[in-house]
Amino acid sequence: MNRPGRTLRGLAASRRVVIGASLLVLLFLLAFAGPYLAPWGWEDTDFTAFREPPSTRHWFGTTQSGRDVFALTLRGMQKSLVIGLLVAVLSTALAALVGMVAGYLGGWPDRLLMWGVDLLLVLPAFLVVAVLAPSLGGGWPLLVLLLAAFLWMITARVVRAMTISLREREYVLAARFGGASTPWIIRRHILPHLASLLIVDAGLNVSVAIMAESGLSYFGFGVQPPDISLGTLIADGHGTATAYPWLSGFAAGLLVLTVLAVNLLGDGLRDLLDPTLEKGTP
Amino acid sequence: MTVLEVRDLRVTYPRGVRAVRGVDLSVGRGEVLGIVGESGSGKSALALATLGLLPPGTRVEGSVRLRGRELLGRSDAELSRVRGKDLAMVFQDPLSALTPVHPVGDQIAETIRVHAGATRPAARARAVELLELVGIPDAARRARAYPHEFSGGMRQRVMIAMAIANDPVAIVCDEPTTALDVTIQAQVLEVLRTAKEATGAAIVLITHDLGVVAGFADRVMVMYAGRAVETGPVAEVYARPRMPYTIGLLQSLPRIEPDAPRPVPIDGAGGISTGGFPATGCPFAPRCPVAVSRCADTEPPPVPVGTPAHTAACVNLDATGDPARVFPAPAPPPAPPVVPRHERPAVLEVEGLVRHHPLYRGTVLRRRNGTVRAVDGVSFDVRAGETLGLVGESGCGKTTALMEILRLTRPQRGTVRLFGRDTAALTAAERKALRRDVQVVFQDPFASLDPRMRVAEILAEPLLVHGVPRARIDARVRELLALVGLDPAHAARHPHGLSGGQRQRVGIARALALEPRLLLLDEPVASLDVSVQAGIMALLEELRARLGLAYLFVAHDLAVVRLLADRVAVMYRGRIVEIGPVADVYGAPVHPYTRALLDAVPRPDPHRERRRRPAPLPGDPPDPSEQPRGCRFRARCPSYAASADAAWRTLCETDEPRPRPVPEGTGRLVACHHPEGGRP
Repeated sequence: MNRPGRTLRGLAASRRVVIGASLLVLLFLLAFAGPYLAPWGWEDTDFTAFREPPSTRHWFGTTQSGRDVFALTLRGMQKSLVIGLLVAVLSTALAALVGMVAGYLGGWPDRLLMWGVDLLLVLPAFLVVAVLAPSLGGGWPLLVLLLAAFLWMITARVVRAMTISLREREYVLAARFGGASTPWIIRRHILPHLASLLIVDAGLNVSVAIMAESGLSYFGFGVQPPDISLGTLIADGHGTATAYPWLSGFAAGLLVLTVLAVNLLGDGLRDLLDPTLEKGTP
Repeated sequence: MTVLEVRDLRVTYPRGVRAVRGVDLSVGRGEVLGIVGESGSGKSALALATLGLLPPGTRVEGSVRLRGRELLGRSDAELSRVRGKDLAMVFQDPLSALTPVHPVGDQIAETIRVHAGATRPAARARAVELLELVGIPDAARRARAYPHEFSGGMRQRVMIAMAIANDPVAIVCDEPTTALDVTIQAQVLEVLRTAKEATGAAIVLITHDLGVVAGFADRVMVMYAGRAVETGPVAEVYARPRMPYTIGLLQSLPRIEPDAPRPVPIDGAGGISTGGFPATGCPFAPRCPVAVSRCADTEPPPVPVGTPAHTAACVNLDATGDPARVFPAPAPPPAPPVVPRHERPAVLEVEGLVRHHPLYRGTVLRRRNGTVRAVDGVSFDVRAGETLGLVGESGCGKTTALMEILRLTRPQRGTVRLFGRDTAALTAAERKALRRDVQVVFQDPFASLDPRMRVAEILAEPLLVHGVPRARIDARVRELLALVGLDPAHAARHPHGLSGGQRQRVGIARALALEPRLLLLDEPVASLDVSVQAGIMALLEELRARLGLAYLFVAHDLAVVRLLADRVAVMYRGRIVEIGPVADVYGAPVHPYTRALLDAVPRPDPHRERRRRPAPLPGDPPDPSEQPRGCRFRARCPSYAASADAAWRTLCETDEPRPRPVPEGTGRLVACHHPEGGRP
């Protein structure tokens, strides 16, 4: 590849990273600093405004019971962002760990771990989470663990397949014959080559987790009242979305923005981490 | 009569990479034109442009005429009527050139039906005839076999049968024997010769192997940076090359003759990885030892030198009158150690090493179905300061033996002793400590260096693993770079920013980082261009003398082994059939396999190569999963085949020959019942 093409791709990638990262920071700021600026708290009720459209008094309008939609949406976003990011990081880390260990070691550890993966894959994840989440009653941290536990299996299989092909590479053999230990080789030679896959996967998982949480909450199995998430907001507003769009429209819009920001960031990072794109090496 | 004529051909890939920059060539009926050059010289682009097979978006200018009819600018559909009929091709990798889902007979018959309009039975019959012509045994039955059921050499025969199916007027062969072993290469070249005689076609033979060209081509064209820099009759060009690049190419070749001069490396490397060629002037000038200021002015046109048919593109022809004086003579090889071999300690002793791979069949119920006897009882030793070369065809188990030694664990059977210590008895900590003394260099420097790490990190890794203090590491990395002849600035580069030769130097530097006493080299120069090979070989020799290393050297190139090794072991089907000092084994090979292997190596000397037409070793490299009975080499053994004595043959059929000293007391072992090879 010649140099102009390389730098162009590099530039485009770094622009995506900057846009994605700043969008994500803005969304976090909005979710966590926004409530201090808002005139209404999320538990306050304005008895003078029922189901009002957006106005200067209520920026996103009000609900049927007179609660401020702006405050509610931010509160829901806090939950969704935290759940989404935690689930993504946890599930991708688990996938990487299981996949690399199974792929690199082979033999019985491989068979045991893949047996576990297949077992989890055949369980209907949505139903299990739907049944377990409310009955265990642990609130949203438990939901995070449950969601993460059902998101990692496919990635683990992909990671294992890639590790098996990496294990036979000559530079891995060279390190092994040089006396490097298994953790060393996994950290120095396997993980960096999976980084782009894992980053993209984590990015996708953020969206999947937010969606899954929203979906579960929509059906009433996720975040339990009085707590709220973007999912519960969209669920509450969906029946009247055409007549009173502000009830769920803002929540849906912010959900889309969050997913977009994460994906931009992941995409750009993947391209930037590719050493063949590096500038300055002829 | 000229049948294929190319005038001023230019090929520009998208992004402005100019692969071919104005090449003229013409080939007559029954004539063979060899095109040689390093990787990136544009020889494959030239072939593809001639065939009209370049990817869309590539700009091709100039003229390609087949029997006077212009081919450039025609639509793909029109070209398809010419390709496979008048203009045929043979590619390097016949496995990807043949459709895997149809029997080979049908594929050949198809080209006949498409182009000649023959009926199905007639085409089938003709396909079988063609397969017989290219020497496929039992052709009628084998015509119904699929490509994957053939070995590499047999597939290449099928490709040749397909190429000559419609009596082409020209055949373009792009590296037809590069992927094959020397013995199979000799067979395929023989078939190509038969094909040429049967059809009278003109052949364009593209290769990097000057030995193949010497024996097979009538004329040769040397390409460099997308231009033909020297063209002429083979004998003339090989005897009196005038362009410095041709001179360098011929002198950089490792040669198998005992009296041959040492190969001369050409400094630097051409190509994109090192920043491309100069924009004006002679592209070879930066690497040329006789470059003058005029070289930078314009690109020299080819001018006749000596005979009219011989042209060379060089402005400083005065300096190239005596080819021997163009490149500085290489430094004489370091003096061999004075201590006699039997007094030096053994660094590596291998006895009866065995590595079998089980073969399984079935997916649900896995049943053991056989055994691949990759290494089947191998014994040898390497003493301090010496080099043992391990040679043989692909699949003979030489690399597997190397990997078994490197694992430093208990082998399936046999013992491996390093510096007097049995690897079966090592603890984990002892094993790690021992790894400092035994290091490895791999064949492909693209694959053996982590593409995500910088050179400095790659060299620091073994030091970090073995707990060298960080303060020492930087200095050691600089030392290592200097040791292998690299610039300190290379430390900050990634492997893809280096040329092939530089990468292999990094691989060698990494192996030397911990100051090992034994280096295992797995085909260290096989993936490099010849002009770069010579430099790496000189480096390996120098390092051995300076650091007192011992080498175990796996190679398939017998000429490389002759140059680097003190002793050589020839492997066949997991066993060593002959081992001894290089001069003795090469000078007077005893085992029939060694003889055949040495005979099959093409020599870059047209005179000798034409007079010497050895009968190629018949048959394919054996299937290592078969259970051997008697001598493993029997099926291909010319002595066994020629013998009429029943008792003589029975011995070969029933008893596996054990290695025994032949002649006594020279440290030479041969595993053959009839080492004298004489007829009874």
